[in-house]
Amino acid sequence: MPVGAVIEFSNITKTFGPVKAVDDLSFTVQPGRVTGFLGPNGAGKTTTLRILLGLVAATHGTATFGGIRYRDLPKPLETVGAALEAASFHPGRTARRHLDVYAIAAGLPSGRIMTVLENVGLGAFADRRVGGFSLGMRQRLGLAFTLLGDPGVLVLDEPINGLDPEGIKWIRSFLRDMAAEGRTVLVSSHLLSEVQQSVDDVIIIAKGSLVHRGPLSSLDAHATPHIVVDAPDRDALAAALRAADVPFTLGRTGLIAVSDDPGLIGHIAFTAGVELSTLHRQKSGLEESFLALVNGADSL
Amino acid sequence: MTTFARAVEAEFAKLLTTRMWWILALVLFGYIGMLAGGLAALFAGIQSGAIDPSAGGTGGQGAPPLGSVPPLIYSFASSVGYVFPVLLGALATTGEFRHQTLTPTFLATPRRAGVLGAKTVTLFVVGAGLGVVALLASVGIGALVMNAFGVDPLLTDPDTWTLVGRTVLTMGLWATIGVGLGALVPSQVASIVIVLAFTQFVEPLLRLASSFLDWTAQIAQFLPGAASDALVGASIFTGLGQSGAAVVALDWWQGGLVLLAYAVAATIGGYFISWKRDVT
Repeated sequence: MPVGAVIEFSNITKTFGPVKAVDDLSFTVQPGRVTGFLGPNGAGKTTTLRILLGLVAATHGTATFGGIRYRDLPKPLETVGAALEAASFHPGRTARRHLDVYAIAAGLPSGRIMTVLENVGLGAFADRRVGGFSLGMRQRLGLAFTLLGDPGVLVLDEPINGLDPEGIKWIRSFLRDMAAEGRTVLVSSHLLSEVQQSVDDVIIIAKGSLVHRGPLSSLDAHATPHIVVDAPDRDALAAALRAADVPFTLGRTGLIAVSDDPGLIGHIAFTAGVELSTLHRQKSGLEESFLALVNGADSL
Repeated sequence: MTTFARAVEAEFAKLLTTRMWWILALVLFGYIGMLAGGLAALFAGIQSGAIDPSAGGTGGQGAPPLGSVPPLIYSFASSVGYVFPVLLGALATTGEFRHQTLTPTFLATPRRAGVLGAKTVTLFVVGAGLGVVALLASVGIGALVMNAFGVDPLLTDPDTWTLVGRTVLTMGLWATIGVGLGALVPSQVASIVIVLAFTQFVEPLLRLASSFLDWTAQIAQFLPGAASDALVGASIFTGLGQSGAAVVALDWWQGGLVLLAYAVAATIGGYFISWKRDVT
């Protein structure tokens, strides 16, 4: 069974001319967990991952796997599997030949090729030219490449892009399974909701800087709790909330009250004699706090 | 197996799993075969008296002296065919940039200089293979045609086989120049345009223009095509059309070293200009 290594970024900075794409980024990624690496487009996620894999040279700082830089790994593909974008293929090569080239370079047995193609559901397309593949199939071929060396660490850049609903469901359980086997799984996304169901930890960056890290549940602490409440007589409800000193705003489907207790809001309405038509917690708490963190960095 | 040996094997797999190599080999064979066959028929026809040199109205100035026809015909393999290994080498390098396959390549083999070295070794061998294909066309078809006109194709002459061996070496070197050029100019379209414009237009013109003055001819012998012809030992450019001035050419081994220097300079330059840069 492959063993996961700790990924460690320390003081990574990357400047492109006058632009600081990544600014003094430090964090670790633990084995046995799925870590979501989140941030809006252009936050520096891809640059950071490429620095980790030795494809881009950092201006300052180091990124290592168990203390070893990628280029110094004795068996890179057997230590780290990386999928960076869905377009790194020669269109005239078949899926099997594509993987064959890199299996040869890494000294991996050719028997792995059909195994990993079947793992990602491309077994029937092994001898088709990649040029005819859909975006979803290319994503799967990228994942097959990461699995070639059965590595203990997986680094996946936006692996959910372009997948159909079935594919999304499949990759979620794939990520969970990989972490359950003790591997280190680092997966980037610009949408928290995309990976919310599969990640244990989150690392959030915006404009190249770290804005939050911790377990997924730690995002709850950042979320302002909201209750959605509505009544046939909305004005009476608003008056009752105002009288009870509960701040609220007018939402699309009713009033959005700042509170973490639906019972309290129900009680206020009951004592004011207001009939309610809606009363529930606002669901998008995590996504909201994610956006707040990201936008908070925006106003810095 | 060492990392480098595996990288070489992977480079062979890259080249042989796409269609470019055999398409270029087929076109090369057809092109050189037609040229060698056609001109062998013309020169051998003149030499054997089957064709009257004055019949064309241009007189006989174009006909080469007796005895030099077979090597001239055989040397088409490199003097005309060298553009094919350069193109293959340039396509092998620029294709990695164009299709973003440098990412998986460097993930599998993080030591980049080793990958470039492996590509150079691989293209040298495959370029030499293209040399064999070109010789099959120029010697195979050329000798058949000359034989049909009753001109000795000199197939038992050791000089002919020296030329064959040096042609194979030359074509291998040209492919490695292509690898270096591809790293110097990673844009595939720009690379192809440079190869075609330089080999088909710029260099032939420079060589022709420089041959009128002694000092320019001294410089022009270091042009890659001239060095290549020197290494092979015969060429349509040196065999024909020299007006007055003595033919200036390097020794064969000097030509080989000049060609090697071009390959090394282009590859090292390309390593710093594009190969070791960030892959984004």
